Amino acid sequence: MSASSEAGPGGQADRLVPSVLQPAPKVDGPGRASPIWTWIGVMPFFIFALLFLILPTGFLMVGAFQDAQGHFTFANMRELLQENTLDAYWISFKVSAASALGGALFGSLLAWAAVHGKLPGWIRPTLLTFSGVASNFAGVPLAFAFICTLGRVGLVTVLLKKYADINLYSTGFSILSFSGLTLTYLYFQIPLMVLIITPALDGLKREWREACDCLGGTAYQYWRYVALPVLWPSVLGATLLLFANSFGAVATAYALTGSSLNIVTILLYAQIRGDVLHNQNLGYALALGMILVTGLSNGGYIWLRSRAERGRR
Amino acid sequence: MKGTQTSSQSRVGAWTAMIVGSLYFLIPLIATFEFSLRMRRGTYSFDAYQVVLSDPRFQASFGYSILMALLTIVVGVLLVVPTAYWVQLRLPKLRGIVEFITLLPLVVPAIVIVFGYLRIYNSSSILPLTSNERATDLLLVFGYVTLSLPYMYRAVDAGLRAVDIRSLTEAAECLGANWPTILFKVIFPNIRSGILSGAFLTFAVVIGEFTLASLLDRPAFGPYLQLIGANRAYEPSALAIIAFAVTWASMGLIQVFGSARTLAAQKP
Repeated sequence: MSASSEAGPGGQADRLVPSVLQPAPKVDGPGRASPIWTWIGVMPFFIFALLFLILPTGFLMVGAFQDAQGHFTFANMRELLQENTLDAYWISFKVSAASALGGALFGSLLAWAAVHGKLPGWIRPTLLTFSGVASNFAGVPLAFAFICTLGRVGLVTVLLKKYADINLYSTGFSILSFSGLTLTYLYFQIPLMVLIITPALDGLKREWREACDCLGGTAYQYWRYVALPVLWPSVLGATLLLFANSFGAVATAYALTGSSLNIVTILLYAQIRGDVLHNQNLGYALALGMILVTGLSNGGYIWLRSRAERGRR
Repeated sequence: MKGTQTSSQSRVGAWTAMIVGSLYFLIPLIATFEFSLRMRRGTYSFDAYQVVLSDPRFQASFGYSILMALLTIVVGVLLVVPTAYWVQLRLPKLRGIVEFITLLPLVVPAIVIVFGYLRIYNSSSILPLTSNERATDLLLVFGYVTLSLPYMYRAVDAGLRAVDIRSLTEAAECLGANWPTILFKVIFPNIRSGILSGAFLTFAVVIGEFTLASLLDRPAFGPYLQLIGANRAYEPSALAIIAFAVTWASMGLIQVFGSARTLAAQKP
């Protein structure tokens, strides 16, 4: 572990958070091969992307504006605005927003403590390695873990009842509800935030704080005029990425709540399985809505990330 | 964080954050482990693990998912490495579009991608990839390659940037090597650690994947986990611990190979 302390952190975060915006090194090809051969080299990739990424997604996006006979229509969009589907989008939005904000807040605090908290040296690599594991520990096993912890006979529920005389489930809490799902999502959202924000916190130089102190600045002034103006694009961008991350999640919610919680991914899952299929094209519209939401928040992330990188130069 | 006037105060705050964080992350693991030991009444035992490990459906689905993960890695590496190499060497102007495409799987949720597959590759289409089981396995592998594109491309691209591929290519050409030789005997060994970290990350993503496998109706580990979770009491917690160990092992191996690279780079 100690050997990786320098290589681990940045590398790990870089791997998990692809960046489109690193400056491209100028490598001019020798140009001896004929142009056609040059292009054939990347053909397999583009054909693959077309067949297994772009065409399937495009098919749904077009289908969202068609009726069962293939005629152009806005009817599916109108059906999206029905109470049931709007409700699903709203719950998805609430869970994603809560887990993104919570993940951003607690993830930043943890990363801050590891980077600038003057803690022993082993803490930082340990936190980053664990974050790499936990951010990938999503899906069905994560749901099991939280049922064992905060379910009706979960360890924490039982211990609270036994020693603190608190009956968690009589307070209205349930692991199958909005708050339970949010708490579960935080288990992969916080580590993801730690991985994304650590490089940004590394860019916050210790000298700035010292300079601020020397000039008689208070902690408030340091945060208001130095740290936050540098950090906010990174933090906000990462929050948007976290939002998209939980908006598209299926497995955790499905394993945790079955189909009892009405979120978009579970609604779409049920549509595809044929449980509630009345209108196939409505399914396309649901998918289109999801792409719009995740596309917008990811677009925001990429834009803010480019701002953050320009600011660092 | 407002009270960080002095370094000792800031240290107290940092410790508090770490301790609260550790509690949040460790308690579910401890609770799950404790629960998995409770199968035999009145005493702790590893019965749940025994039951799980000897379940033929566990062995079959776990084996199936390992096979799918390995195939995904092979197809992914063969697709990504030549592309990233070629883009960096000959077509740098395509870098932007290629990177954008490799990021798309983060934008389009997996459930949407698989929905598209089910509509495009159904049994009445030109390319009926869901018509029989082997073809569906192939579609599942391609789907997993798509999902792992962001991780694989990023890892390989970082590896390629760390070496001077242009000089390596020219040197190999001067010695009369043809393209397959250059790729497999020169480029691959030089970016081995990048490929390996992409591979382990892919493995961690694929091994317990639920959405694609479930909707394509393939007998993978993810759907098996969900089925057991819906029907059993103690086995799911044992399975969760096993899944966590597998994820941990994959990430640990990335660190091992990553640090091997750093150590190698430090040598004069």
